[in-house]
Amino acid sequence: MGVWRAILWRGGVGAVFAVVLLPLVAVVWLSFFNQEIIAFPPEGYTWRWYANAWSQRQFASGFLNSLEIALIAASIGVTVGTAAAYALVRARFPGKTAIAGLLLGPLAIPGVVLGTGLYVFFVQIDNAIDFQIVATLPGLIAAHVLLTIPWTVRLVAASLQGLHPAAEEAAANLGARPWTVFRRVTLPMMRAGVVAGALFSFIQSFENLELTLLLTGPGRSTLPVEMLNYLEFRVDPTLAAVATVQIVLIGALMLITDRFVNISRVVA
Amino acid sequence: MTSLSLDGLRREYGATVAVDRVDLEMQQGELVALLGPSGCGKTTTLRMVAGFVAPTSGRVVIGGRDVTAAPPYARDTGMVFQGYALFPHMSVAENVGFGLEMRRVPRAERGARIAEALRLVRLEGLAERRPAQLSGGQQQRVALARALVVNPAVFLLDEPLSNLDARLRAEVRVEIRALQQRLGLTTLFVTHDQEEALTMADRLVVMQGGRVRQTGTPEEVYERPADLFVAGFIGSCNILRGVVEAPGAFRAGAMALPCAGGAPGERAALVVRPERIAIGPEGRLPGRIDLVTYLGGTTEWHVTTDAGALRVSQKTPDAADPRRLLRRGDGVMLDWRPEAGRLLSDSNEGEQA
Repeated sequence: MGVWRAILWRGGVGAVFAVVLLPLVAVVWLSFFNQEIIAFPPEGYTWRWYANAWSQRQFASGFLNSLEIALIAASIGVTVGTAAAYALVRARFPGKTAIAGLLLGPLAIPGVVLGTGLYVFFVQIDNAIDFQIVATLPGLIAAHVLLTIPWTVRLVAASLQGLHPAAEEAAANLGARPWTVFRRVTLPMMRAGVVAGALFSFIQSFENLELTLLLTGPGRSTLPVEMLNYLEFRVDPTLAAVATVQIVLIGALMLITDRFVNISRVVA
Repeated sequence: MTSLSLDGLRREYGATVAVDRVDLEMQQGELVALLGPSGCGKTTTLRMVAGFVAPTSGRVVIGGRDVTAAPPYARDTGMVFQGYALFPHMSVAENVGFGLEMRRVPRAERGARIAEALRLVRLEGLAERRPAQLSGGQQQRVALARALVVNPAVFLLDEPLSNLDARLRAEVRVEIRALQQRLGLTTLFVTHDQEEALTMADRLVVMQGGRVRQTGTPEEVYERPADLFVAGFIGSCNILRGVVEAPGAFRAGAMALPCAGGAPGERAALVVRPERIAIGPEGRLPGRIDLVTYLGGTTEWHVTTDAGALRVSQKTPDAADPRRLLRRGDGVMLDWRPEAGRLLSDSNEGEQA
């Protein structure tokens, strides 16, 4: 009985892992197929799709654009989101639940809907005060900040909730003013939440397609947009090669971060 | 010299009054325990002294300076929190040095004072450890050192022993008291443990329902409790209800019992400590034994009398003493000196202790 339960349990866990990991493994595998039209079994293996991806300069420039936008959006989102999470957990004010819901809202709205809404909103502003936002870099970053805030708020609030305010009181009792208390005690104690928030914000922004598609301007495409463009004309494994590079980079980023702060503790 | 004075301190939360009219004057070097059941307002009072809770009315004066409106960081208090509240991301030395750093003490002097504080609490070798690597007792001593090292005008302890196991608690109790006396620290101590309060404090402030019930030395509070609540909360006591017949005579049920003073005709409660009752073949009050509890050094007899049930506690008699042979169902006589029977105004408040 116990043995069967153990086998069932392990099998179940294994199946879940397989479902999560199989697409990733498939993408990596495909990227090495030596043929333009993907078919099984592969005719052979090659590195040439990686060479092709490298020679298509739009991927490199898209990567740099994505990196720039994601870094700026994540920095703004983490700063604002951390402050918001701190206020939501520690302060008491009317309308707190409503504000918490509003901050997490972007998570619940489909990207296409959010993107369309923002597009219309930006155009309205343009019409009203003759100030162009659509197709500008600040406009795009502002939209991405919306994606990064919910993640930071969620993760930082979760890590703050586990912290007893007594340590902050102790610091105040020892003569620290409020800002010093925050900088020297609160912030270090919720570091794991902030780092995890930053990481997830970065990923959210980096891989976003829908918002970017609707709001970006000519000549400033991000990596996901460039990938979609390529897909319109060809379906060879080049995209799988690009995706593999992306998987490796983000995986490495997570592993490195996890070495410095225990993210799994915050996220779990 | 007065180190701390609380003047008509009151705190309301909405319609609830958590603390009401608390007055206290503390002398330099004195240890005062705020004692009471949970929810009695003792912690709120302490937090008003530290500045974490703003009083609705009243004043807090530390070292002659009115700090009622001052934020916590501008008050000269050193607090030890119930859960210690150490900074988990700092080493022991950094924890202890935090207050000195905030006071802009030069680095070299800081090092010396940290070492001195750690020596005082016997943690010399552990300066580089993180709090998570220490035992509960060691964490507690870091919290003490951290509060001591800044030389606060008032030392505040919020149930500092409640997270320690019983044996360690007795040890740390003595240690804190010795340290407090040696350094002459003015200390306000919150506890719900009457034994802790009796053994450590110069004076007790017994609180209930936000009010101070009695302030006095441990002896005063134990020997002359102001009301039934205090009598029941500090130590254990027998409470008999009845009427004063004549000065020195109290009638409960069919019995006339010895008591101290009293105005004839007054309804009252007679309070007698179990260890003040003599048990034996002679006495004024006949009774029958319900239960004998042998506790080693002391023995307790539960006795039913016409005046009510009484608990008697005495040093365990010698083997030759006939009282050693008393068993359930035996008849005995009880007695006490008139001054051991204290008359208090009758109310139901003693019951809840």
